[in-house]
Amino acid sequence: MINLETPKKFGPLVSQAHQVATEVFRPISRKYDVAEHEYPKELDMLASLIDGMNEGSDIGGAGAAGVRRDDKDQNGENRNGSNLSTVLGIIELCWGDVGLLLSMPRQGLGNSAIASVATEEQLEQYGGKWAAMAITEPEAGSDSASIRTTAELDGDEYVLNGEKIYVTSGERADLVVVWASLDRSKGRAAIKSFIVERSNPGMKLDRLEHKLGIRASDTAAFILEDCRVPKEALLGSPEVDVKAGFGGAMQTFDNTRPLVAGMAIGVARASLDETRMRLTEAGVELDYNTPALSQSAAAARFLEMEADYEAARLLTLQAAWMADNGKPNSLQASMAKAKAGRMCVDVSLGCVEICGSLGYGENDLLEKWARDAKILDIFEGTQQIQLLVVARQLLGKSSADLK
Amino acid sequence: MSATTDRGMAERGMGFGLRALNRLAGSDLLDRIRMRKQVERALFQSTKQGFRSATAASRSFKAASKLGRPARQPRAKSSGLFDVTPDDEQAMLQEAVGAFAAEQVRPVALKADADRETSKELLDHASELGVTILGVPEDLGGVMPERSAVTSVLVSEALAHGDMGIAYAILAPGAVATAISLWGDADQEATYLPAFTGEDVPAAALAMLEPRPLFDPLKLDTKARKDGDDWVLDGVKSLVPRAKDCELFVVAAEAEDVGPALFILESSTSGLSVEDEPAMGLRAATTGRLLLEGARVPGTAIMCEGDRDAYNECIQRARIAWCALAVGTSQAVLDYVIPYVNERTAFGEPISNRQAVAFAVSDIGIETGGMRLATYRAASRADRGDDFAREAAIARKLCADKGMRIGSDGVQLLGGHGFIKEHPVERWYRDLRAAGVMEGALLV
Repeated sequence: MINLETPKKFGPLVSQAHQVATEVFRPISRKYDVAEHEYPKELDMLASLIDGMNEGSDIGGAGAAGVRRDDKDQNGENRNGSNLSTVLGIIELCWGDVGLLLSMPRQGLGNSAIASVATEEQLEQYGGKWAAMAITEPEAGSDSASIRTTAELDGDEYVLNGEKIYVTSGERADLVVVWASLDRSKGRAAIKSFIVERSNPGMKLDRLEHKLGIRASDTAAFILEDCRVPKEALLGSPEVDVKAGFGGAMQTFDNTRPLVAGMAIGVARASLDETRMRLTEAGVELDYNTPALSQSAAAARFLEMEADYEAARLLTLQAAWMADNGKPNSLQASMAKAKAGRMCVDVSLGCVEICGSLGYGENDLLEKWARDAKILDIFEGTQQIQLLVVARQLLGKSSADLK
Repeated sequence: MSATTDRGMAERGMGFGLRALNRLAGSDLLDRIRMRKQVERALFQSTKQGFRSATAASRSFKAASKLGRPARQPRAKSSGLFDVTPDDEQAMLQEAVGAFAAEQVRPVALKADADRETSKELLDHASELGVTILGVPEDLGGVMPERSAVTSVLVSEALAHGDMGIAYAILAPGAVATAISLWGDADQEATYLPAFTGEDVPAAALAMLEPRPLFDPLKLDTKARKDGDDWVLDGVKSLVPRAKDCELFVVAAEAEDVGPALFILESSTSGLSVEDEPAMGLRAATTGRLLLEGARVPGTAIMCEGDRDAYNECIQRARIAWCALAVGTSQAVLDYVIPYVNERTAFGEPISNRQAVAFAVSDIGIETGGMRLATYRAASRADRGDDFAREAAIARKLCADKGMRIGSDGVQLLGGHGFIKEHPVERWYRDLRAAGVMEGALLV
């Protein structure tokens, strides 16, 4: 039966996450925006708390703990599982602060990758550690198939060489999941991901970036120089299956795109909530029964933004729900990410405009959210890449046809 | 220039004959004496009068057996889980209506649009599917055991995938049946619903929209004043589906000392007349204006004693219904442009190999998805008895903005071919504008 409300059983999780956002994130939000690269030590205690939440319950915790597709036969029973609960948690936490969520110990994208594709042995070995993800290179952003970092098998070890940038939590994490090619002549099929200990002497921190937004989150650049990792550090299958192509490495993204979309939803709602409050203070009423054009321009604009927000939110929940129910969701995941990414930028910037100097000034957080928003339309696949993925699926095109 | 002279000009204008009329129109005398506008308007008004006609004769609506209290569909019980899947019954209905839309609606849509008429056979066939009585309680001959806004949405969406104008014509009587089922008292239900659950479903319309800019359903120009025990209604209702055939109207009017309210009017009520009102789209629904000039109905014609919540709910349910049509038509655009852009070649390859084209298709898919989910959410809240004013407003905003954009992009992607009637996208362009214009008229 069609029901698009937040499931009751996730009520406690959502409210816990909201508490964290309100009590932990918001009070230090501006502090770590200003003090870029400083470690938000307040998060350590919180991270332990969340680890406890992950272990103690089947509702998956509040952060990017990893999302496994559930392919179990459910006899047609509808399921609301960890994909949905994780998205819901993320929305709340990012309502608090997306930069801080990205800085949450042991909640990195690398954790997601490990949780999504690791073997039982790997889970055992690396579980409980904080893992960052290193994909992008100076010459390969969206085109992740063209990465130049190489991995060569030498006895029982792989030897990694190359340069990685834009590694979220790269300085603070315990592990970095590095994408590298086993054979550059074999294209995307040869790209595999490797778990590298942060302490590995072959992986050197080159610098931390200064950014437009999400300044609480450290963004690192690494140089890999004869970086040796054990054979068992490879995630997934070591086979170079040209036919299977990129599927293995990209599988993580089908599961994480809705999570990043969720971040955008959270930031947008923060902006909308604040703006609604400011408008009410300013005496601007919003009535849902009165046509938008018969209300004030600000109210009409607000409704328009709220509508876009709601469309993005529902697309995101749908994509997560599909993953919970073992339905292929690559199309919906990209749709959600595309819509949420652009919505978040439009909405947060629109809110700054509506609130004027209150929105633009640093006394309030609206301007910060508008800066944070932009990355959400870029990382985990830019707007344009999502539109490509969507178009290829809708039109039945290969990446050779539709470049 | 006095009004009397104005009318005189107009009356003479009617007798001029075409050639004379043309000469008058082409003459710069009118422009020189600055009276072109007035003459044109007067001509328009008097031409309209010429086409004005009486409303259809209504059948005799008589209460057969009356229940002690009004029957209502019970609320649907939800498992509380997030779910985007229709239940089995809904899926079956969706499939049946989808097949009907593909096999019987789409093939005649071009002709129905040109003729401004949906055939009697098609209307009869559709009511056999039960689409007009989804909102009628089972006790009164309905087919759905529970509240069914979601079912109505799914059915409306499937029909509109065939054609929005025909869907409007088909679903319009259902709006009256649903209104009476939701807000009618036992007498009203007993009097009017049997006609809808029988074989010969009457043409009927929920008339809310009025012909003025910035129409607001909460501020109606149509007035109902109390006269003894009766209500007397005056005003004009716009884009009423199959107005000249309607036997029954539910009319929104500002009731004296009450506020906006719904009234039931049989077409034989004196003081009612209709005139043709062709529009940009929805042409298969033969839209017309309903004119109320001292239309007198008994005190019992008001619904819910003018309860404001019921009236607001009516506004909201109508908006959801129009969203459902916009979703169906937007999906039709998507399904039509995909093969087109894949097959159409330019510069030596399919145009869909170009990002500018492909991304437009992606956006149609994304926004249609968002519109659909927002519409479903509003409807499912309605079924559960939750407040859904916000959700309905949001769905409407999305469908008005994105739906129109999709209509426009549908034509754009076909280029010059999109502009000619060989392809349905020009019709969808015209129809999709309705999603932001229409109020009332349909209900889920």
